[in-house]
Amino acid sequence: METENVLLAVENLKTQFFTYGGVVEALDEVSFNIIEGEVFGLVGESGCGKSVTASSILGLVQKPGKVISGRVLLDGDDLLQKSAQEMNQIRGSRISIIFQDPTSSLNPVFRIGYQVAEPYIYHQGKPRKVAARDALKILSQTGLPDPADKARNYPHELSGGMRQRAMIAMALTCEPDLLIADEPTTNLDVTIERQILNLVKDLQEEFGTSVLWITHDLGVIAQICDRVAVMYAGNIVEQASVRVVFHSPKHPYTQKLLRAIPAVDSSGENLEEIPGSVPRLINPPSGCRFHPRCDHAMSVCSGKKPIEREVGLGHTVACHLF
Amino acid sequence: MATNLIECKALTKYFPVKSFLREIGKVHAVEQVDLAIPEGQTVGLVGESGCGKTTLARTILALIPPTSGEIYFNGRDISKFSKKELRAFRKDTAIVFQDPYSSLDPRMIIADVVGEPLSIHGIARGEDRDDFVLNLLERVGLKVEHLYRYPHEFSGGQRQRLAIARALAGDPKFILLDEATSALDVSVQAKILNMLNRLKKELSLTYLFISHNLDVIRHLSDIIGVMYLGMIVEQGSRKQVFDLPLHPYTRGLLSASPSLDPDARSGTRDVVLKGEVPSAINPPPGCRFHPRCPSMRPSCAKEPPKLKDIGMGHLVSCHFAGCV
Repeated sequence: METENVLLAVENLKTQFFTYGGVVEALDEVSFNIIEGEVFGLVGESGCGKSVTASSILGLVQKPGKVISGRVLLDGDDLLQKSAQEMNQIRGSRISIIFQDPTSSLNPVFRIGYQVAEPYIYHQGKPRKVAARDALKILSQTGLPDPADKARNYPHELSGGMRQRAMIAMALTCEPDLLIADEPTTNLDVTIERQILNLVKDLQEEFGTSVLWITHDLGVIAQICDRVAVMYAGNIVEQASVRVVFHSPKHPYTQKLLRAIPAVDSSGENLEEIPGSVPRLINPPSGCRFHPRCDHAMSVCSGKKPIEREVGLGHTVACHLF
Repeated sequence: MATNLIECKALTKYFPVKSFLREIGKVHAVEQVDLAIPEGQTVGLVGESGCGKTTLARTILALIPPTSGEIYFNGRDISKFSKKELRAFRKDTAIVFQDPYSSLDPRMIIADVVGEPLSIHGIARGEDRDDFVLNLLERVGLKVEHLYRYPHEFSGGQRQRLAIARALAGDPKFILLDEATSALDVSVQAKILNMLNRLKKELSLTYLFISHNLDVIRHLSDIIGVMYLGMIVEQGSRKQVFDLPLHPYTRGLLSASPSLDPDARSGTRDVVLKGEVPSAINPPPGCRFHPRCPSMRPSCAKEPPKLKDIGMGHLVSCHFAGCV
């Protein structure tokens, strides 16, 4: 499938936070491509830099953080070179985001209908009445029960699942090219999570939107993504199609992570443990950041940072073993 | 067959809903629950938020009084315990909470956090107490240098170890693990789960493990109860509940849980449960699950089903268990 177009290319993205305790090297040369119409997963444990990646793409890194170097190309256009005003136009219309916690990302003092209609007014300059009508339409597309009624409600009157549907409606109003989903189902119950996963998948197919799905839940990745990148301590350690990552992971971290999850036949047995804990990103380990916890660590691992190597079709691993 | 360490019969807990000092309704948090926890086993309670898992567990530990029903600990009714007996009961039971950031006092050093139960139950004092605490810390994989630190100096996984060390302080027979691994990353969760299994064997403990995570429940539990809107809808051994689920809710829950196999995607779609959990203030009449049930029949809205044994201790509360 060589004809696929790269929608978003992230190249050597480096983001750091300048805190009193020292420089936190949150992202260390992160690179990946998102192809038009695909769901790309970014998975890793807390503090590995998943959300910083999202905010770096959107130009939302707050002080004391700063994007040091790298490029974020949306259709070949570098977003990091844009002015704040230009970014305001891009956010919400070309790239939009759904956050983990819909309670704190919806404004509590405005009605749902108005909040969903706002992007139409702001980005597309539609008159209020038209915007309100379109907002109702998109709300009903997200499967919100009784949308006309719910549009008049305030966020606190809706359940978590309904709020997340409203957030999705809001994110899709301008039919963005890229939707960033930052752990949108983490706070939801499994049956509601399943409904939201199916909804995003359906809408994604309908609108042809590309999705960057960020989560710590490998199960969700397996269910929704086409390709996935595994992050560890600010690096992408492995990147491949979902099937390859789950069936034949190559990086020692990916392998261990997958075996740490309780599986169907694991009861009574001990789960795989990764020795030690995630390093602090102020003075991270030299060379490969995973080497202090790796069973296969060699002398080269502590000295030299591994570069991503292609080990199969579209399968890259950053490890000295390959 | 092991004897039951804890047994509750027809346990019911309602919370009043008040408006202007007048009671305007009741939250039916737990309704007519029968549950037996055999000695040395792990009972897993699984269900979505608001289904009454935590209320049930806290009622069992006499932290909140039940509206009706009985709870037996070692065959004795806990509502008839004297003050002294209740104190002994508190020593025999312990809890580990979900969030280790709010369950440890930020102004106490670890020696006091873990040592407090020792003082309260008069187990050890002074230097003895520190030795005792050190012993407990070593059991959960922490070291002597951690003794005089404050909770904020620890990571989430270490804090959960501290919470477990504190739970072990009174040498309990029974530990309630209320979403004890839900706030942790998978690699940390794996360590805590392994440790819990080891401690259970070493100290012959009995666990009641509450979680919304089906993988974790399956990994740890011998007996599993599935709760929905305050009631246990299905109960049985791990094999019975996971390999042969009979209640439509259990099936929906199992198929909703994201599988780690990317090839198992299609096919799971047709069993998606629609709608959301209804309010526990006005639970639906008849079977509480009927508004969301994919195989609902007219009689389900009228007659509430009873939890029936359909063989080998596999209990299901559905009118059409086995035929839907």
